[in-house]
Parts: sequence; structure tokens; C-alpha cells
Amino acid sequence: MKPGSSISIWFFIGISLLVNGALIFAAGMYELMHPPEYPVVLYRLHASIWWGAILLCAGIVYCYRFRPTRAARANAGLPG
Amino acid sequence: MKTALILVDAGRLVHLSAVDLVIIVFYFALVLAIGWYLKERANTSEDFFLAGREMTAWIAGLSFLSANLGSLELMGWAAAAYQYGILATHWYWIGAIPAMLFLGIVMMPFYYISKTHSVPGYLKLRFGESSRALAAVSFAAMTVLMSGINMYSMALVMKVILGWDIHFSIWVSSLTVAIYVALGGLRSAIFNEVLQFILIWAGAVLVPILGLIEAGGWTNLKERVAQNVGPAYMHVWGNLGSFNSNPMGIHWTGIVFGLGAVISFGYWTTDFLVVQRVLSAHNLRAAKMAPIIGAAFKMFVPFIVILPGLLGLALLPVKLTGEGAAVASGGHSYNEVLPLMLARYCGPGLLGLGITALIAGFMSGMAGNVSAFATVWTYDIYGALINKSANDQQYVRMGRWCTILGVLISIGTAYLVMQFLSIMDYVQALFSFFIAPLFGTVLLGMLWKRATPAGGFWGLLAGTLSSVSMWAWVKLDPSALRYVALSSNARDMAENMYRALWSWIVCVIVTVVVSLVTRPKPEAELVGLVYGATDIPSEGELPIYQRPIFWAGVVAIVFVILNIIFW
Repeated sequence: MKPGSSISIWFFIGISLLVNGALIFAAGMYELMHPPEYPVVLYRLHASIWWGAILLCAGIVYCYRFRPTRAARANAGLPG
Repeated sequence: MKTALILVDAGRLVHLSAVDLVIIVFYFALVLAIGWYLKERANTSEDFFLAGREMTAWIAGLSFLSANLGSLELMGWAAAAYQYGILATHWYWIGAIPAMLFLGIVMMPFYYISKTHSVPGYLKLRFGESSRALAAVSFAAMTVLMSGINMYSMALVMKVILGWDIHFSIWVSSLTVAIYVALGGLRSAIFNEVLQFILIWAGAVLVPILGLIEAGGWTNLKERVAQNVGPAYMHVWGNLGSFNSNPMGIHWTGIVFGLGAVISFGYWTTDFLVVQRVLSAHNLRAAKMAPIIGAAFKMFVPFIVILPGLLGLALLPVKLTGEGAAVASGGHSYNEVLPLMLARYCGPGLLGLGITALIAGFMSGMAGNVSAFATVWTYDIYGALINKSANDQQYVRMGRWCTILGVLISIGTAYLVMQFLSIMDYVQALFSFFIAPLFGTVLLGMLWKRATPAGGFWGLLAGTLSSVSMWAWVKLDPSALRYVALSSNARDMAENMYRALWSWIVCVIVTVVVSLVTRPKPEAELVGLVYGATDIPSEGELPIYQRPIFWAGVVAIVFVILNIIFW
């Protein structure tokens, strides 16, 4: 992207991964504490928990790495 | 153990929980926010139609791929994998990778150096106004019609899967696309396509992972599929020696020459829907790298599309059928295999993300259609034929209105299809008529200096008419299939492959013959447009790992290895 004036696309992606990861992780934890009457196949693997955690971590990394304040400082020639 | 398949009832395939709905609503809010944020950066025509030509290779490459990854693509090819087995992978490998690499290495320099705004724009520079008008009008019309058909199909799927009202699905999703593309132009479409690409993977990748765990690994999966439907379903090339030995009824010549050499090159190198994304790159090297990056990811899309279809063959306790039989029996059709697999493994939250992936796929495809339509209409029809003295602000204004108009025409088409379902087949066939001949015209235009404006126009017209004629011939006399597709056992897909091949050959022959008897353009007018008359910047000073040709070679080697592994 042209330097100087925009929030990086990767920051928006970070937001999306962070929010979705948090919601999926929370839903997985809730299911763990309150097992569903009709579980999905391979419920015992608790995919919601580990996949939600992976998305959440990726979201945090992307949000931090591409945060708008860092981009603004870089554009102003300041250290990040 | 009771499983999620119990969730399947007559009214809908899956039930969404509150957290699933929150994930879907958050997705809509985010794409609109991106459009709103980018509206200040779409003030000039270069900004609005080509995203200021400032995208990196990664963003242009992921957007290039995402615009093609519509939800119908995801569900349709998962269904094809259930129906035809691993043969469906050809549409992702030989049906895409060579063409994408060819676009990046051979054709992109001419598109980029000529500074054209569109593929019809290139035809204007190379062959003149008549070729541009023919290509622009056909592309604009077919793009919005196809967009409407996809919209209707998507709404129908949402009705089947979620029980959503068909009008609600059509209006909410299409108006969201209209708003964010009209506000931010191509930049907004590209930003959202990259986001949608990530969401598609995040939402869909668990199905093959969990499916392989349930099946007990790849070897066990192959054995189960062989037991259920036969070993021919698990070979990419091994059963293409005759028309009768594979589930698709196709010969390897149809796959290699029809799909691999004509249809895929036609689509990936001349369909402006995808080429527009690459034109937004910030320099020539990025423009060459973007399709190569797209190709690298494209090779692995079968993991989230084809593999779920194969897993469905091996693991689903119900037998899926064609749409007609499913409606008659109250069962499930091939097209539902991906949602069924999602419902099988994904609990609350994950299911919402999976459904979001399908919606994101639909919206990225539609945004691609309307932004390409707006560009071709504004530059190649409005600016070329209606208002030749339009200024930059008029172009931007027209682009915004066209975006909304394109969406409204698509919605109208969706409702038309709802009333007259057979229209869908006709429009899909119409779209296929233009792709193969257009590739012949553009290819000769770029690589043969002797090709003349008259040759380009008459070749394109003859190729298109020949395709229409062959299609009509088989419609009127089904026994003609043995001539068009070389076998009376050929299925629809095989017929499409051969029809494309013949129409491309007709286009090339007519272009060559007419060119040889008409006056060529002076070489000075071909600079920047044709191989041999254009100085393509050297990359010799770059380290080898930064050169597009090096990465194209890497992708090509992986492509060959994958074909050998799954032979």
C-alpha cells in the first residue's frame, strides 16, 4: 500500500481473527462445561477450543504488528 | 453416539446458535466499516477503478484468487468431488496453474506496460474500436447476468442450509456489496477480498483436518471411497485413457487441450474479473508476482474444497443425489455435501465461521463481478461510445452509479431466474461462448505482430459464433455430441471442454487468415502491446529469489509433483 495515510489491510484481518477467535474459544469453553445433548462428530477433540485459541493468538499478533499507531509513527520517520 | 446429523431436519440443514449469528453479523459490520473507511481514498478514476495502482504483490495475488473463490465455487466443486471423485481437482491444477503462471510471466508485461484499464481496453489499443466494443458489451452483459445467477443460487443454498428467506439473503448480501464497492471502489473490493480469503480458509480448513482424523488418514480414506464407489474416483490421471473408464466420461485430451490449454487460459488470462486485480499492482514486478502467488495458493484450495467432497463419499451415512432426485425423494443433493460436512464437525462458533466463509465467498465473487462491470462499462462503453469527452470526476461518478446499477441488474436477474429456471442454463452457456475465442484474440495480439485489426475482430466474432453454433447443434440434435465432444458418452463438462477447444481453433485460424490478407499496423503503433515491439524491463540485476520467473519455476515443480503423487 502507498505509505502515509492508511490502516493496513492486515490490521483489519487481525481484528477479524481476534474477535472470531475469542467468540469461538468462549463457545468451546462453554460447551466443555455444558456438554451438548447432540455433540458433533469428534466432539472429544474440542476443536472449538484449540482452533479458537489459534485464531485469537493470530489476531493478537496481527493487530499488534500492524496497529495504526505504529504505521503512523513509521510514516513520520519515528521508531515503532 | 448421536451426532450433528440429527440436526438435519426437513426445513433446514443446520441450526445456528447465538454465537454463530454474532460472528455473521460481525462480518457484515466489518466489511461495511472497511468500505466506509476507504471512501475517502476513491476520488479519482485511477483510485476508484484500479485502486490507485498501489497494491503489493501479496494483496493483488490474494485478491486475484479470492475474486474467483465464490461460495458456489466452494460448494459446487465439493459437490463435483462427491460426484466425480478426485478428477475435480483438475479444475484447480491443470485448469488453473499453467494459465496463472503464463499470465504472470508472459502476458502481464503487455497488460501492465500498455497502461490499459481493462482487457477490452487492450483490444482497443491492439485491434481497434470494433474489437473493444464486441468484447466490452459481451463482457458487461454476461458479468451482471452471471452475478445474478450466482446470487440466486446462493440465496437458494442459504434457504436450504439455514432456512433463511430467499429475498432476505438476496437483498442483504447484495446491498452490502453495493455499499462497500460504491464507497471505496476497487480498493474496498480488494481489501474485503483479502479478508474474505482469510475467512474462507479459517472457516473451511477444519473440515478436511477433522475428516481425515475420522477416516483414519489418507490411505484409509482411499480404501473407503474405493469400497463405496470404486477405485476410479481416487485417480487424477490414471483413468483418463478412455471415455468410459472414469466417472466424468472424459478423455485426457479433453482435460489437457480443452480445459488446460483453452478454457483455463481463457478464463485466467482474459477474464477482466480476475485480471483487474493484478492491474492494481504497484509495479511490473508486483504485477508479475501476483498471479504466481495466486497460483501457489490455488494449488492447495482442493484441500478445503475437493477433500470434503471425497470425505463425504467415504463417511456420510446418507447417499447424496442430483438436485432433481433430491427434491423428489426429500433427500440431500451433491451440492449440500460441504454444508453437511460443516454440520458434522463444527459446533457453535465454528459453524458460524464456516457459514461466514460461504457468505464471504459469495460476496467476494459478487464484488469482483460488479467492480469489473463498473470499470468496463465506464471506460469501454460510456467513455468510448456514449460520452467521449467525459472528465475524471464524471468517470468516478459513473463508476459509483454503475456499481449500484450492476447490483440492481443482478438482483433483477436473480428474480428472473426464480421465475424461469431454465434461463440459468442459457446464461451460463452464453458466458462460456466468449472466453475461449477471446483468449485466442488476445494471445495472437500479444505474440504476433502481423495480426491485424480486421483479423482480431473477425477471429473473435467467428470463434464466438462457432461456439454458439456447436452449442445449439447439440441442443437440437443430441447425437451431434459424438462430433463436438468426440464421444456420445461425453458428459456436460466434457462437451464444454471440446466446444471451447474448437471455438479457439476457429478464432485462431480466422484471425491468421484474415490478418494475412489485410494490412498490418505499423510497428511504431505496436510498442508496449506486442512481443518483439516492446522493451520489457530486465530483472537481471535482481537476486534470483526476487525474480518472478524463479518463483514461477518453484510453483511449476510443486504442481508437477502433486500430479504425480495423486496420479
